[in-house]
Amino acid sequence: MEKHTIMDETEMGRVLDRLAQEIHDASSKDDGLVIVGIQRRGAELAERIAHSVAELRGKPVPTGSLDISLYRDDFGQIGPRPVIGKTDVATDITDRRVVIVDDVLFTGRTIRAALHELSDFGRSRRIELCVLVDRGERQLPIQADYVGKRIEVPEGQHVSVCVPELDGELCVSLVTAESQNAQSFRPPERVNGKEE
Amino acid sequence: MTGTTGAAIGLGKDLVGLEDLTREQIHAILDTAEPFKEISERQIKKVPVLRGQTIVNLFFEPSTRTRISFEFAEKRLSADTVNISSTGSSVQKGETLVDTARNLEAMRIDMVVIRHGSSGAARFLADRIPSNVINAGDGQHEHPTQALLDMLTIRDRFGSLEGRKVCIVGDILHSRVARSNIWALLTCGADVAVCGPKSLIPHGIEDLGVSVLSRVEDAIEWSDVLYVLRLQLERMESGFVPSLREYNRVFGVKRSRLEHAADDMIVLHPGPMNRGVEIDSDVADGPRSVILPQVTNGVAVRMAVLYLLAGGRPEGAEAAKAGGA
Amino acid sequence: MRPIVLTGGRLLDPSQDLDEVGDLLLQEGLVEACGGTISGPEEAERVDVSGLVVAPGFIDLHVHLREPGGEHKETIASGAQAAVAGGFTTVWAMPNTDPPVDDPAAVGFVMAAGLRAGGARVSPVGAASWRLEGEVMTEVGELLVEGAVAVTDDGHPVWSSMLMRRLLEYTQTFGIPVLQHAEDRELAAGGVMNEGRVATVLGLRGIPNAAEASMVARDCQLAELTGGHLHVQHVSARESVEQIRLAKARGAHVTAEVTPHHLTLTEEAVIGYRTEAKMNPPLRTEADRQAVCEALAEGVIDVIATDHAPHHYEEKEREFDDAPFGIVGLETALGVCRTHLVDGGVLTLSQLVDRLSCAPARIMELDGGTLRRGTPADVVVFDPDERWVVDPARFQSRSGNTPYAGEWLTGRVKRTFVGGRERYREVSSAETRSRETSTRGG
Repeated sequence: MEKHTIMDETEMGRVLDRLAQEIHDASSKDDGLVIVGIQRRGAELAERIAHSVAELRGKPVPTGSLDISLYRDDFGQIGPRPVIGKTDVATDITDRRVVIVDDVLFTGRTIRAALHELSDFGRSRRIELCVLVDRGERQLPIQADYVGKRIEVPEGQHVSVCVPELDGELCVSLVTAESQNAQSFRPPERVNGKEE
Repeated sequence: MTGTTGAAIGLGKDLVGLEDLTREQIHAILDTAEPFKEISERQIKKVPVLRGQTIVNLFFEPSTRTRISFEFAEKRLSADTVNISSTGSSVQKGETLVDTARNLEAMRIDMVVIRHGSSGAARFLADRIPSNVINAGDGQHEHPTQALLDMLTIRDRFGSLEGRKVCIVGDILHSRVARSNIWALLTCGADVAVCGPKSLIPHGIEDLGVSVLSRVEDAIEWSDVLYVLRLQLERMESGFVPSLREYNRVFGVKRSRLEHAADDMIVLHPGPMNRGVEIDSDVADGPRSVILPQVTNGVAVRMAVLYLLAGGRPEGAEAAKAGGA
Repeated sequence: MRPIVLTGGRLLDPSQDLDEVGDLLLQEGLVEACGGTISGPEEAERVDVSGLVVAPGFIDLHVHLREPGGEHKETIASGAQAAVAGGFTTVWAMPNTDPPVDDPAAVGFVMAAGLRAGGARVSPVGAASWRLEGEVMTEVGELLVEGAVAVTDDGHPVWSSMLMRRLLEYTQTFGIPVLQHAEDRELAAGGVMNEGRVATVLGLRGIPNAAEASMVARDCQLAELTGGHLHVQHVSARESVEQIRLAKARGAHVTAEVTPHHLTLTEEAVIGYRTEAKMNPPLRTEADRQAVCEALAEGVIDVIATDHAPHHYEEKEREFDDAPFGIVGLETALGVCRTHLVDGGVLTLSQLVDRLSCAPARIMELDGGTLRRGTPADVVVFDPDERWVVDPARFQSRSGNTPYAGEWLTGRVKRTFVGGRERYREVSSAETRSRETSTRGG
């Protein structure tokens, strides 16, 4: 498996800080901000960004995590994922400003699922999207409000985002794809960076 | 049979029993049940994952609790559910189980949850229709989702099942709940015993790896987990025990008997309870009882099972891979 | 009727201690000559049976022909055809039909239908009690006048000890046996298979060995007390074998039969809820199977009887609890026994023929079961080495409920003669059989 680093730890740190700044600047401190990360890796990134925003604002920013396995639109084709991650949206999101955080934005289907799931938790005033990497090739009309880096991904490769909690390092790489599909009928092997 | 394949953990098309499941499979089901517990705590207790799927609850034996538990599970997964109840044997009703199976197939039902009075009925149906079949209790054979929720409840309390001493007390002979629990517990490495009047302990149970305790006092002293089975009125009427009162005096789980129990021993019951027969109210409602958590876990476990069996056509997986999702 | 000379076959007749290659002349319904080279009358049809075994036609003391009342499963005609296809030249038909054969007119009906059928000889067995209810004895003498050969309540046990005693006493007037299906219904208690480990795992109600053995014990006591002839049907339990052994040792007139399936299968065959393994008495454990095999070899169990019990496929295509008991057996008996008992070292081929033919005739004092000169020409010709696959669709019987479906067996009936007339000739395609070319001993 070939791996080619696009963003190392230092650059990622800078990008995450910039995203936090953009999110903080976009509206007032009393906007009821909640930052919700999409499982997996989106949640870890969300924690980092929320921490940074909290420092900028001088007050805590509540976070949450969403696992969208049960809201996918392709369940009928690919079947159940045996491991469903934790969904924890403890804060009531009614009337609040929610920023969804995900690691890679690709087809847009994950975000569609996340929007559906979030709406089951309440009617927020506003939902925005923040992604670390946008690799284009959308299949749905979905765009991110805050983008870390735009990348073009050559055929046969995919984007791999690593976070210390799960992968032991903080970086973004391009990886030559082998059998990349986590949804096939094999015991759950983690695939870095969902492709959607 | 052709039809939808099972989950990535290799359950196959149906869940007919726990006899042949591996430890990994059982734990995978329990792990999958965890996120489903969370959904039942939400305000909107519904996820769209089984939207558009048709599930038939085919109950040939009366049952309120199990059927309602399945119905909640199905509806919380956004499936469309239909309840069909029927009492009496196929012969009495005039429509054989084979014909019922054919009708279901003709209606293109996605999943069937079946409860039936004959051992083997779930397998019988599963072999004849392409729908996923879930056994909600067949005769005296198995009641897999009950045992799974029991495993989850024990695991929640103790952290693991390995090495746990679990004693099942009561009418083992006629109990599908006992059989399913025995399979699951043995597979997961628990130490299993049964206790009850000899007339209600089945032939050859020790050959399965289960020990037999003759007195309930011994069972209580020995156990980490006491699983109390319901004693049905018919058992007295068929002469297995002289009277329900006698049964309560000799085998009843009473607070006074629990004095010698380990501090962390818990009491389970599959419900519905015959208060004052196999279990006294002060135990059923007492601090050791996890009977209500069993019920909560029941919906989550059933959601997990439905989720793991449903969906997933292999040709779709290939298409999904090719299209890059 | 043209005389027939069967030439060059292996004449295997345990009743004469005969086992040699030779000819057999059937003339005017009787065996006219047996052994050596026979020239025979000019008009005789000469049939070359070299390489095949020529034996006395088999006698099955226990078949259910379902007519009247169960014609969708079998008729007397189809059953008689199934019998000759299996090498049986005489069958004893059980009376648990609908209506039951408990009066002379019913016996006459079965006799007449049997004669018309043109297959094996059908001997009706009359009911022991009215309606098989186990309360009042039937008019045994009247039944015998019409052609009945014995009495039984089979399907059901003769439950009442007093009635059993009276039957064993009264039948001595006529020199006929009482055939008993030994089953204590209370102990059997709605069971559907053997009580044991498999029943526990499958969650099915079990029938303990004691349900059979306790009644066999009682009946043996009564046989000893009365001097009557007790014939114990379908022995399945090792404890029953013990009771029969003891009774015989004490000189009681007790005989016994065992089915091919109880000799070859155990309760494991039920796993998967296979209704084609559901029968009464049930298939039991390996220890029981071995006990009945040894008893058959010793002679404690005298004969093999199939308990041929046809059921329509729809009835067996049911939940295990609801499916009826029983399997067909006429057309697989020789193959099953030759493959599993002879090849399995339990019986020699000669002993097998004895248990299927000579012994039934001997214990019931019948005319058949022998190739002696002057006896009825009931003869079976079979290939002891031909391998064939069991295909119920090709059975003569109307029903195909057998656990041996799809199994390859060794030993196939080629021709069957009843009273000197050919009543069955095997005609099959090459795909369903193969021949082992090496010579095999029996």
